[in-house]
Amino acid sequence: MNKSTVSTAQQNYLNRLRAHRFIVWFLRVAILAGFLLLWEYTAAKGIIDSFIFCCPSRIAKCFLEMTRDGSIFLHIGITLYETVVSFALVTLVGILAAVLLWCSRKCSEVLDPYLVVLNSLPKSALAPLLIVWLGANRTTIIVAGMSVAIFGSILSLYTSFTTVDEEKIKLIYTLRGGRFHALTKVVLPSSVPAIISNMKVNIGLCLVGVIIGEFLAARNGLGYLIIYSSQVFKMDWLLMSIVLLCIMAMGLYALIGGLEKIYLKKFS
Amino acid sequence: MESILEFNHINYAYHTLEGETKALSDITFSVANGEFVAIVGPSGCGKSTLLSLICGLHQPESGWIHLNGKPLNDNPTSIGYMLQHDHLFEWRTVYHNVLLGLEIQHKLSNETRQKARKLLDAYGLGAFADSRPSQLSGGMRQRAALVRTLVLDPDILLLDEPFSALDYQTRLTVGDDIGQILRNEKKTAILVTHDLSEAVSLADRIFVLTKRPATLKTCVPVTFDLAADTPMNRRNAPEFKHYFNLLWKELNHDE
Repeated sequence: MNKSTVSTAQQNYLNRLRAHRFIVWFLRVAILAGFLLLWEYTAAKGIIDSFIFCCPSRIAKCFLEMTRDGSIFLHIGITLYETVVSFALVTLVGILAAVLLWCSRKCSEVLDPYLVVLNSLPKSALAPLLIVWLGANRTTIIVAGMSVAIFGSILSLYTSFTTVDEEKIKLIYTLRGGRFHALTKVVLPSSVPAIISNMKVNIGLCLVGVIIGEFLAARNGLGYLIIYSSQVFKMDWLLMSIVLLCIMAMGLYALIGGLEKIYLKKFS
Repeated sequence: MESILEFNHINYAYHTLEGETKALSDITFSVANGEFVAIVGPSGCGKSTLLSLICGLHQPESGWIHLNGKPLNDNPTSIGYMLQHDHLFEWRTVYHNVLLGLEIQHKLSNETRQKARKLLDAYGLGAFADSRPSQLSGGMRQRAALVRTLVLDPDILLLDEPFSALDYQTRLTVGDDIGQILRNEKKTAILVTHDLSEAVSLADRIFVLTKRPATLKTCVPVTFDLAADTPMNRRNAPEFKHYFNLLWKELNHDE
């Protein structure tokens, strides 16, 4: 809209909206800054034990040191790699399995209780088993990452496939299409939003699984760094790894959020 | 005139855990080539089931259906089916929605693409070919659905209350529009509706079904003495009221 045509009331509304947004962002940043300052101050004054609680400046220094010798990139890279691979596999296997279940109602009814049980099982319980079966290597970690997300992913994708409007599938049949056409022309395209929101959940879950795997079976990666540093009381390493994990999780989530935005822009 | 569709002693029932619901009982009729038939009856009496049987979506429990003198299996007769809602896919443009049937039947060619464009133009949708369905009005959407059906060049057209989801004014215009289009193209059409005035304004013959299990109660031939036999002219003709009352009485007789 042209600026000169905006009425005073509209301008007031826009101003209020802008003020609201500013306050939200300001408070967000202020909470983080206040928290860090308080932490730094109390640690410096000896109010909290800086050996156990560490402090922001030491975490930052530790990060800078590790970037200088490059070791941190190895850890970040490995965790990122494992997460992305397990995420890609979960997405692929999840969609394929859901399609198979959709194709055969018998199959889906037979397998339903197994999927439900596997989905509600705490997956961290599987990690030691995976180590025995697959060895303490990267495969185990990737499978551990997958195991957390895969069953829930299959179940929710299958549910979204089956809730596609029956009448739209009937339309395909009236156009003399078969079940394959129903899948490719209706079920899959109409499930894209569900698939993307499923991916958003999965990326976080895969990261959880990968960290569990690294706790138990890794020589490097952020999960390994966390376990190792807690054992030798290098709290700056530990806290830095957690901060890095936060940033990584945020970044990966934002990436899929971006994908969703592109899709929505194209199709609405 | 030769008959394109024959129903012979058709019975059909739905089965659920709660039991069996008889939908159609001993239905026999035939439809001539180029004829426009309307089927009216109380709601839930199995009118739509009838169309599903013709389209081969359900199999009759007994009796047989012939299209162009042959059983439904492997029948070369092309059937067009218009559902109650347009079911245009939001992830496709209007043009690509229209091509859906051609894609499924592997009939996409330059020729058929051109035909789709031409039909869209003819029905006032040319400017919206690259729009999303949500940008169209209800009447335009239903016309796009009609183009999706007509582009396959059906020999017989099944209309399953295709106007009932539209508001009253749009329903009149689109109903008249589509009726006119079908009459001009000399298509055989079977219209299922609960709107008696729609049936009278469009059809050559009207079948009246009873409550479930539906039997064929009567068949009312509709003739108007009009120079231009359009749905709108029919609505204004004196015979209109007569047919309407006749159907009304037939439908409410058995209650």
